[in-house]
Amino acid sequence: MPSNKSIVFSAQNVSKTFGAGKRLKTAVNNVTFDIYDGEIISIVGGSGCGKSVLAKVMLGLYQPTSGVFLYRDDKIRSLKKHWNEVQSVFQDPFSCFNQFFTIRSQLEDALNILEKKPSKEEVKARVDAGLMAVNVKPADIEGKYPFELSGGQMQRMLLARIFALKPKVLIADEPTSMVDACVRANILDYLMKLKQELQMTIVFVTHDIGLANYVSDRIFIMHEGSIVNQGTPEEVLDKTDEPHTLKLLDDIPEVHKTEWIKNSHRSKR
Amino acid sequence: MLKLLKNLMKSPMFVVGISIFILTLLVAILGPLFYNVDTNFRDIVAGPYAPSSGEHLLGTDHLGRDYVSLLISGLRSSLYVGFLAGIIATVLGVFIGLFGGFRGGWIDEVLNMLTNLFIVIPQFVILVLISTAVKDGRSLTLIGLIIGLTAWSWSARAVRAQASSLRSRDHIALARINGASSLTIVVKHVLPYLLSYVFMVFIMQVGSGILSEASISMIGLGPLDSTSLGIILNEAKDNGALSDSIWIAFLPATIIITLTVFALYLINTSMEGVFNPRLRK
Repeated sequence: MPSNKSIVFSAQNVSKTFGAGKRLKTAVNNVTFDIYDGEIISIVGGSGCGKSVLAKVMLGLYQPTSGVFLYRDDKIRSLKKHWNEVQSVFQDPFSCFNQFFTIRSQLEDALNILEKKPSKEEVKARVDAGLMAVNVKPADIEGKYPFELSGGQMQRMLLARIFALKPKVLIADEPTSMVDACVRANILDYLMKLKQELQMTIVFVTHDIGLANYVSDRIFIMHEGSIVNQGTPEEVLDKTDEPHTLKLLDDIPEVHKTEWIKNSHRSKR
Repeated sequence: MLKLLKNLMKSPMFVVGISIFILTLLVAILGPLFYNVDTNFRDIVAGPYAPSSGEHLLGTDHLGRDYVSLLISGLRSSLYVGFLAGIIATVLGVFIGLFGGFRGGWIDEVLNMLTNLFIVIPQFVILVLISTAVKDGRSLTLIGLIIGLTAWSWSARAVRAQASSLRSRDHIALARINGASSLTIVVKHVLPYLLSYVFMVFIMQVGSGILSEASISMIGLGPLDSTSLGIILNEAKDNGALSDSIWIAFLPATIIITLTVFALYLINTSMEGVFNPRLRK
C-alpha cells in the first residue's frame, strides 16, 4: 500500500473477548492491520465473524481486550475527541433515531460533538448542506418524525448527518443490509462521494463481497474473529484457494456473480 | 399525547375503569364538602347498628358512628396509602431498574440480585412483622411507606427489562457518538420510551398498595391514627358482624375496595393494549 500516506488506524494483535470462563467468547482474534489515509477498506465476513465488533473497536465504543490499537499513532484517549474525527453509520436505519424527536432536531444535536461549537445559523446551514448532499430537500423533512420516513430515506438521513459533520474517518457498519437494491446503489455512490469530495477514509463493513469489490481499495476477509485474507480486490480474488473467501463468493447471487467475475477479469487485464 | 388519549378513549375497558376511578376520587375529595364526615361522633340517640335513615344514610356501626362518614374517610385513607406506596415503589423501582438496566455489568448484576431477593421475600410477612414491631407509632403514612419500600421490586424488574433492551439500540449508540452525556441519554433517549411502562407500573402499584393496606388493616395491624377501609372490615370482623349477618358492616367497604382496585386494573390492562400495538385488536 502507499507508504507515503499516513496511517489512520493501526492494529497490532488486537483481540476482543466477551464474558469469562466457560462463557468466554472471542469476537476479534489477534488481528493486525494498518489503514491508510483516504482509503476505502471493506471488512467482509458472514454473520458473527466479529466484523461489527471490530468496527466498534475502531469507533472506540469497545476497548480491545489485548493488543495495541492506535488511531493516528495514539491510543484513543478522549472519546469525544475521537468522535470529532471518527464517525459512524449504523446498520438499522429504523432504530437509529429517537422516535420522540424530529429528524431535524436530531441531526442538529449531532453537531454538538464538534469541538468548536458552531453557531445556531451555522448548525442550520450545515444540516441543510448535509441534506442537500444526499438529495433531500430540507423542507421535505421539516417537522417530520423518524417513523414518517421510509428505511431508505432514514439511511440517507444517517448519511446526511455524516455530510454535515464532515468527519475524517467514517465507519459504515453494514449501511446497505437493510435497504433495497436501488437504495443500496445510492448509498455506495454517497460513500464514493464522501471519499472523493472530502477525502474521507472509509471503513465499510459488509457481508457482501460483491459490494466490497465495487467500492474498496482493499478488502479484509474475516472469519471467526480473524482476518483470513486481505489485499486489493484483485489480490483477494486471486487467492480464491482460501476457503472462507470462496464461501463468501458462493453467497453472491448467480446474476451478480457473472457480472462481477466479468468485471474483475476486465480489471485484471 | 392527545392522540394517545383519543386511542385510550376508544377502549371501553379504559372508559369504564377511568370513570369508576374518577368517581372514587371525587367521592374522596369532594365527599366531606357535601356530607358531614365525622368519624368520632357517636350518635347515642340512634344507637349501635341503627337502620338507614335520613340522618344516617347507611345506618350506624357498633359504636353508633355514621357509616357513610366512615366509608368516605376510609376511602380517603386507602387512596392516600395507595398513592403514597405507588409513588415510592415506582420512583424507587424506576431508579433502580433504569440504573441497573442501562449501566449493565456488575452493577446490574448486584441490583438485579437485590431485586430478585425482594421479590422472593413475601411482602406481606415483612408488613406484618414491621407493623407489630411499631406498636404505637403505627400511622397511615408509615404503613404506606412500608408498602412502598417492599413493593418496588416489581417495578424495578419491569423497568430493568425495558432499559436493558433499549441499551443496545442503535439510537443510544448514535446519541453517544453525538457526544451526549449519560444523563442526556437517560432523560432524552431512554425515559421517553419507558414512560408508558412507568405509568402502567405506577397504576398497578397504587392498586396493590390499596389491597395491601386493606389486608394488613383487616387482620388488625392497620394504622392507629385514621379510619381506612381495612379498619372498617377489621372492626366488623371483631364485632361478629359476619356471624350475625350484619351485611351493612362490611359489604360496602368490601365493594368500594374491590371497585377501586378493579378500576385501576382495568385502566392498566387497557393501557397495555394501547401502548403495546401487538395486543391491539
